[in-house]
Amino acid sequence: MNESLHALSGAYVVDALDDEERATFEQHLPGCLDCQREVSSLREATALLADDAALTPPPALRVSVLAGIKTIRPLAPETGRHASITNLDADGPAAQQPADERAAKVLTFRPRGARFARMLVAAAAVVAVAGGVVYHPWTGDSSQSSHLSAADQVLAASDAQQHSIEFNDGSSATVVRSAKEGHAVLLTQKMAAPPSGKAFELWLRDAQGVMKPAGMMTTGGDHKVLLKGNSLKATGVGITVEPKAGSDTPSSEPIAMFELGKSNA
Amino acid sequence: MNPTGPASSEPPHGGLASVPEPTQAGSTAADLAQLLRLSGRGDEAAFAQLYDATCARAYGLAVRVVRDPSQAEEVAQEAFLEIWRTASRFDAAKGSAVSWILTLVHRKAVDRVRSAEASTRRDTTYHQSSQTVEHDSTAEAAQASMEARRVRQAMDSLTQVQREALELAYFKGYTHTEVAKMLDLPVGTAKTRIRDGLIRLRDTMGVGQ
Repeated sequence: MNESLHALSGAYVVDALDDEERATFEQHLPGCLDCQREVSSLREATALLADDAALTPPPALRVSVLAGIKTIRPLAPETGRHASITNLDADGPAAQQPADERAAKVLTFRPRGARFARMLVAAAAVVAVAGGVVYHPWTGDSSQSSHLSAADQVLAASDAQQHSIEFNDGSSATVVRSAKEGHAVLLTQKMAAPPSGKAFELWLRDAQGVMKPAGMMTTGGDHKVLLKGNSLKATGVGITVEPKAGSDTPSSEPIAMFELGKSNA
Repeated sequence: MNPTGPASSEPPHGGLASVPEPTQAGSTAADLAQLLRLSGRGDEAAFAQLYDATCARAYGLAVRVVRDPSQAEEVAQEAFLEIWRTASRFDAAKGSAVSWILTLVHRKAVDRVRSAEASTRRDTTYHQSSQTVEHDSTAEAAQASMEARRVRQAMDSLTQVQREALELAYFKGYTHTEVAKMLDLPVGTAKTRIRDGLIRLRDTMGVGQ
């Protein structure tokens, strides 16, 4: 075991090495069982520190993460004989590469800045494909919001509140409401198709309990619908099965009902 | 949902994101590892559960390191998308799912602070920054768990230099060389303090054996 390299294990685990030291340590790691054991045990200790830092993230993060993964294919498992230590990311530490690829990796080792830039490009692509569940300006371009649809602006709003229902068959529906934008949006995922000749009708329930038509969905699957009507005063959002032409009042019990509570307007 | 079936019996609730963060005791390491494995096969529902079980720790860690809540949100998002993409590379034999996840989040957060023009961050002194982090007015209340209290006690058992070095490195994203300078330590000794501190923390908490 190389003592001076071994001494870097703690700093490596808390990402306190500079790029050069990190590369050196990651080259050393695959061949040193002592360091491998120490790194993995210290990682467990490090993870405990985050317990103390726990904070509830904004609901928009969940919406955007779950929308984002729809457009990303999970990597195939590694099948090489050289198991990795960290498995952190595909283009990352040289330590993860089989020995024959490692040499090539060192040659193509890019400065962190380039990697970061590529990450941004990748992230921006995700946003474009995800149909605009954009809630933050990666590019720092504030004019971006003017290109968003009204529905996307609701999803992107800083005061967006969401109400989700998950169903036993794996489908889900979410209502996102923003007082700032003055609207609410219904998102569905993997919804079953409506019965033949029928459609889904969306409703806003007002303070008196009256259901008012707020839009139609004629197919199942994934939808993003900006609800019509006074979303801010609505106390609930319902979905019913109606004739294709739509109804003025619900003709059946809702298949889903969201209780919105008071808007924080 | 089944449009022809009876009205759903699931009660509406305020969004899964508001589900309280389970403590590590509530979602066992084996559960998380299994969710990560399922995510690697493209199981979005499993990933949503994994997100719910770990998002507070991931986001909280990102906030600690980058400080700016909206940047922390970006970091956490990038990290979770990366977790989804690389989930198949997780190997339970090498460590727990939560440490794998938090390692990835932490590295993204550190990448962010180091690559940003760090002027706003660097010109605050260590003492100022160490006081404001815990009282970040934009952050929601920290969710203290039994585990977190145990960790704090374990941290108290470190020497002051070990603790400070570890906190500057892990929660503030400084390199060991920068930490040495901030703490007036001889060059090359901060990394030893960090390692010693982690080893003591590991042994006190009885993890990673």
